[in-house]
Formats: sequence, C-alpha cells, structure tokens
Amino acid sequence: MTDTLQGQTEAHEQTQPAVTTMPMVKALNAGLRAAMADDDNVLLMGEDIGPLGGVFRVTEGLHAEFGGSRVLDTPLAESGIIGTAIGLAMNGFRPVCEIQFDGFVFPGFNQITTQLAKLTNKHTGALQMPVVIRIPYGGHIGAVEHHQESPETYFAHTPGLRVLSPSTSNDAYWMIQEAIRSPDPVVFFEPKSRYWQKGEVDTSAHGAPLHSSRVVRQGSDATIIAHGAMVTTALQAAELAADEGISLEVVDLRSISPIDFEPVLASVRKTGRLIVAQEASGFVSVGSEIAATVAERAFYSLEAPVLRVSGFDVPFPAARLENDFLPDADRILEAVDRSLAY
Amino acid sequence: MASVNDTQNFTVRMLAADGTFAPSPAAEKYLPVLDGLTDDDHQQFYRDMVVTRTLDVEATNLQRQGQLALWPPSHGQEAAQVGSARASRPQDTIFPSYREHAVALIRGVDPLGILALYRGVTLGGWDPTDPANGNFRLYTLVLGAQALHATGYAMGTTFRGEAATGDPQTDKATMVYFGDGSTSEGDVNESMIFAASYQTPQVFFLQNNQWAISVPVERQSRTPLFQRAAGFGLDSVHVDGNDVLASYAVSRQHLENARGGHGPQFIEAETYRVGAHTTSDDPTKYRTADELDSWVARDPIARFGTWLRAQGAPDSFFGEVDAEAKDIASDARRRCLELTNPDRDQMFDFVYSDDHPLIVEQAEWLDAYEESMEGGAEQ
Ligand SMILES: Cc1ncc(C[n+]2csc(CCOP(=O)(O)OP(=O)(O)O)c2C)c(N)n1
Repeated sequence: MTDTLQGQTEAHEQTQPAVTTMPMVKALNAGLRAAMADDDNVLLMGEDIGPLGGVFRVTEGLHAEFGGSRVLDTPLAESGIIGTAIGLAMNGFRPVCEIQFDGFVFPGFNQITTQLAKLTNKHTGALQMPVVIRIPYGGHIGAVEHHQESPETYFAHTPGLRVLSPSTSNDAYWMIQEAIRSPDPVVFFEPKSRYWQKGEVDTSAHGAPLHSSRVVRQGSDATIIAHGAMVTTALQAAELAADEGISLEVVDLRSISPIDFEPVLASVRKTGRLIVAQEASGFVSVGSEIAATVAERAFYSLEAPVLRVSGFDVPFPAARLENDFLPDADRILEAVDRSLAY
Repeated sequence: MASVNDTQNFTVRMLAADGTFAPSPAAEKYLPVLDGLTDDDHQQFYRDMVVTRTLDVEATNLQRQGQLALWPPSHGQEAAQVGSARASRPQDTIFPSYREHAVALIRGVDPLGILALYRGVTLGGWDPTDPANGNFRLYTLVLGAQALHATGYAMGTTFRGEAATGDPQTDKATMVYFGDGSTSEGDVNESMIFAASYQTPQVFFLQNNQWAISVPVERQSRTPLFQRAAGFGLDSVHVDGNDVLASYAVSRQHLENARGGHGPQFIEAETYRVGAHTTSDDPTKYRTADELDSWVARDPIARFGTWLRAQGAPDSFFGEVDAEAKDIASDARRRCLELTNPDRDQMFDFVYSDDHPLIVEQAEWLDAYEESMEGGAEQ
C-alpha cells in the first residue's frame, strides 16, 4: 500500500514541490483525488458533492475530473447513502460518503451501527467493509441548529468502526487516503472550523501511522489532550500559558477509535497532570474514556484528578451562544489552574 | 379478514386453489414463460417446496426441544419462495430477510448453516462470498436494511457494465426479499428511490404474508403495496404467491427485464404465514381460526400437487419426494445436534481486519481470568 502511495507521489513531484501550504479543505480534496486516481473502485457519494463540490467544496472539481459514476450526487437520504454504500462495498467498491453536516448523520445511524460496523464480524472475516463516512463536524461557524455538533462518541462506542479526526492539513491529506485504504469502515470527522486554516502538506513523506496519537507541543507542567479542531485551541492555550511561565504539553489524539494510549500515558507520567479538551458534551464522552483509562494505568503518576473541558451537557445552543458553550483557550487554562492548584 | 387485494383482478394466477390450470386475465402475458419449463422443472418445484416444509417442521421441533434458540417458519410461503428462487440465474445475487429458507436451499446453502444461525452458534451461518452458496447473502434481522444493500449492490452491477449487455446468460440481476411490515421501514422506501434513480438491475420481491407479527397489512398500507411501488417508478406486479407457476413466471419475466436494462421491478406475492411469526409467537391472540383455515385451503403444495397429478405424475413420485425430504430433514437434524458451541475466543475475531489493541487486551484478559478460575469456564 505504501508502494502505490509513493508511486503516485513521485508522479506528483514532477509537477509540483512536495511541500505546499494549503487549507485543510484543499488538502482533503487533494487526498481524495489521489485516492481516486489510485483505485478505480473508489467512489464518492453524498448530497451536493457533484458539480457544486459539496457545501464546503471538499469535492470541488472531482465530478468534472472523474465523472458522475465516480462522484455521485445521490438522492437526499442518509440511510440510503450509507446502505447503498454497503451494497457497493459488497460488490467490490470503496465508497466514501459525505454527510453534509454532523447533525444529519442520524438518519444513517442504523445502517452505520447495525450493519456497517458488524458485517465483517458477521461474515467471520470473509467480507471486508471498506466504507468511509466523512462528517464535517463541530462548532465555531455560527450556524443554525444541527450544523455545529460533535457526535464522535456514538461511533467510538460502536465496535467495528474506526474513528479518525485530523487536526492539520498534512494529516487530512494522508489520513483520508489511509482511511480509504482501510479494509474496515472509518468514520472520519473533519473539523469544519479548521477547513480554511492553512498548513504545510508534504506529499512526499507519509504522515504518522494511522492510529497513532502524537505529542504536538512539548511541555512539563501539565498535559492537554485534544482532537480535531480543539488541537488548535489547546495549542493557543499552551502559548498563553507559556507567557505566564507554565509549560503545557499538547497531545493530538488523531484517532478516536482505537485510541493510541501510549503517548498519552507517557505524557501523563512526565507531567503528572491531565486535562482533556473537546467540543462534545462531556458526559460519557471520549474525554471520559481517556480519564478512566489514565486513572487505571497511570494512577500513581497523577498529581491531580484528570479534568475534562467539554461542551456543556445541553443541546448545542443557538449560534449567538456558541462561544459560551464551546471550550476555548481560557476555559482550558482555567482547568490547568485547577489542576496545578490541586 | 379480507385482504386489501382480495377482490381485485390485477392478480397474476395460473393455478386456481383447486389445482386446475386457469390463468387469470393478468396472467396472459406471462404464459409464454411457462413454455420454457419441462416436467423435470415442475417436479423440482414440487420437491423444493416439500423439502422446505419438511425441514421447517423439523426445525420447529428442534426449537421446541431446546436445540434452537428461535425458528421463523416458512410454512405457507413455499410457492412464493420456490418460484422466485428457481427463476433466478446462477450469476444473480440474492438478499434475503430471515425467512427465505427455500431460497437459501435452492441457491445451494446447506440447511445446517440456517440451523446454526438460529441455534445461536454463529451470527452468519454460511459464506456468501463462496460460490457454492449461490450469491445468497446472509440473513438480515434489522427489517429492510438489506433492501439498501441490494440496491447498492445492483448500482455496482450497473457501474461495472455487468447488466444490460443483452446476454441473459451473463447479465446480472439482484433480488431482495422482505415482508409487508418492512415496507413501512424507511430503508425499503429509500431503496426504491435509489433503485429508480440509478435504474438498477434489480427485483424487489415482497412476500405479503398478511401479518407483521401481530399487525395486519392494512396497518402498513391502505393501498395495495405493489401500487405504492409504482409510485416510485418501479415496474410492479401482483401475483398469487401460493401458486408456484405464477410466482415463477412473474419472477422470471421481471428478473429478465431487470437484467436486460429495463430498470428496477417490484413483485408483490400475496401469501400467508400459516405458522407462527416465530417459535416465540402465539398467533391465536391476534388472528382467527377461520382466517387460518381459509388460507390452509389455498395451500401451495397441495395445489401444485393436484396439478402435477393431473399432468400425470405417478404416486411413486410423491412417495419418493416425501422420503427424500425426510432424509434431508433428519440429516440436518443429526448434524444440528452435533454442532458444538463456538470457542469463546471467537467473539474477539474479525471485529476489525487486523489486531485492535483494546480487543487483544480483552481477549488476553479473559484467557487469564478463565485460567485463574479453578476448573475453567466449562464448569
Ligand atoms: C428495525 C426492526 N424493527 C423491529 C423488528 C422486530 N421484528 C422482527 S420481525 C417483525 C415483523 C416483520 O414483519 P414483515 O416485514 O411483514 O415480515 P414477516 O416476519 O411477516 O416475514 C418485527 C416487528 C426488527 N427485527 N427490526
């Protein structure tokens, strides 16, 4: 698999430099294009992803390039999209489904959880389910109801699914391609508030292993763990803390299921303090799972209880209140203060 | 209770309930299809129906004796299933719900696989990717979910150019089975929308057995269901599902239409679930003995048997079929009783296609735990 990726990268290199700066939305577009060029069985399916290029333009230009039977503007039905993607996968295709917004995945939830997640197991391995479900997720875009949510916990809770969330352009470029190559279903959470954030993409060097978490800023006083959009917020918090002489380490989870706990535990063993930051509501969340696991495995390294900085346990509020609902750098720093004071 | 379809004359029927050949007006255009059938084919249809019913009785007994967790009987629906399954071609792919035992057998699935599923030793029972199983996919218990899989599969057939080439020997069709209750599920409706949109080479085969557990079909629809399908743009037909010749003829014709590029087709086979919904059900709580009797009088096997006799099939044929069916059923029973429980470690397999850290850890933990217990889990 790396062979083909590199082969295609070499072809790329002749026309453009290996490292380019682009917003995440373009990196995803480039990753999808590379995956489609690499394997004719890769299909894109979704609402308005054809000539329009998707409401966020992630698939821009791909319909023109690959045609309407590789980039499908489907009827408007999420269960239909996922369910037919499953049938296509049974027929040897590798469908990549775009859910238009986070809050609209639920009509397809049944197909994802009762079918997609279980079919390989039900077939005792005789059937693979290489289906990717891309979900632009999260707040900070001032949108109306159902357009700002973070539903990753539902999927992380479901055995058989892999759940990813890139935080940078480079990860977006590589992780979407690896998700498409995965023989297992992947739910791919794209932090839509970072779609336009620019970052370097190195098309010549494969990124980190798919299901690995990664220290993105070294520090010694406390550890912040985040994924997706919240990684940027955590880095902002670390910057502010540094001004006050507090050294924060930031771990980018990258993979929400499975979670690569080693870098997390190593960091906690070093700093003794852990704050988990996430946009999702905190009750029974990814943050809860991390807190529980760290308490089980690094109990004697902890100088303070693990703290969660989350969205509140209320419906995502009207847009004018989103800044009160969503954790920001200050709320992370408030938790850091509590942890340090413990 | 009268069915919504009872008094209509749109029904395709070849054999009257008394076994006389009396094609209905709607059947006229399907008559040429029957010309392609030989005496051997007719006898095979009969054999299929008797084998299925005999196995069904055996499986029900096995459940009563505590050997199966559950059994959904197919009793009464044999003609709908056998006619449609025999109409399919080897290259076709079949998506069943959970009661299509006759279809499974005809496509080549070992009945032991179905018993294993309902015994609770596996979540699958057979490997649909093994050609020996005739592209018969696994049973699906979430009502209607398989309809979307079938439509997606058939979309793939179109994208690969494997239908509508004009060669019925190789052009592929997909057929999906579901019940009247399932027609209210969103997935069945969405699958018809996608099928119409992509003009899939696909047949929707509805077995309207009048009941969804305890709820009559009138609660699902006040219009005949095949007419609802027409509203989605599907070519749809209503057939007497207790008449194996009619079931075969419409299925054959509409499968050929689908594989030939004429878009998705919908068949409503009107039949009756003579048995309970499953072995856990008590149908006396919601339906009358009169209703049951009226359908038993239209029994598909008796009807076809009468016709076969009139065609000259000898007594010895019927005796041989009965004996063969009993052999198959008792062989399945014997092998079912020999099925052992799966190794406990198997539940950790194939959740993902490679090792998953959490699952590996839990499997190791369970092993260590069992070892630490005196005597192990088997005690
Ligand atoms: C989504 C879903 N809801 C409920 C059930 C429980 N259930 C199993 S069978 C059944 C009735 C199905 O009726 P129908 O579709 O007519 O098929 P039949 O059993 O008559 O063949 C119900 C409600 C289920 N399996 N799946």
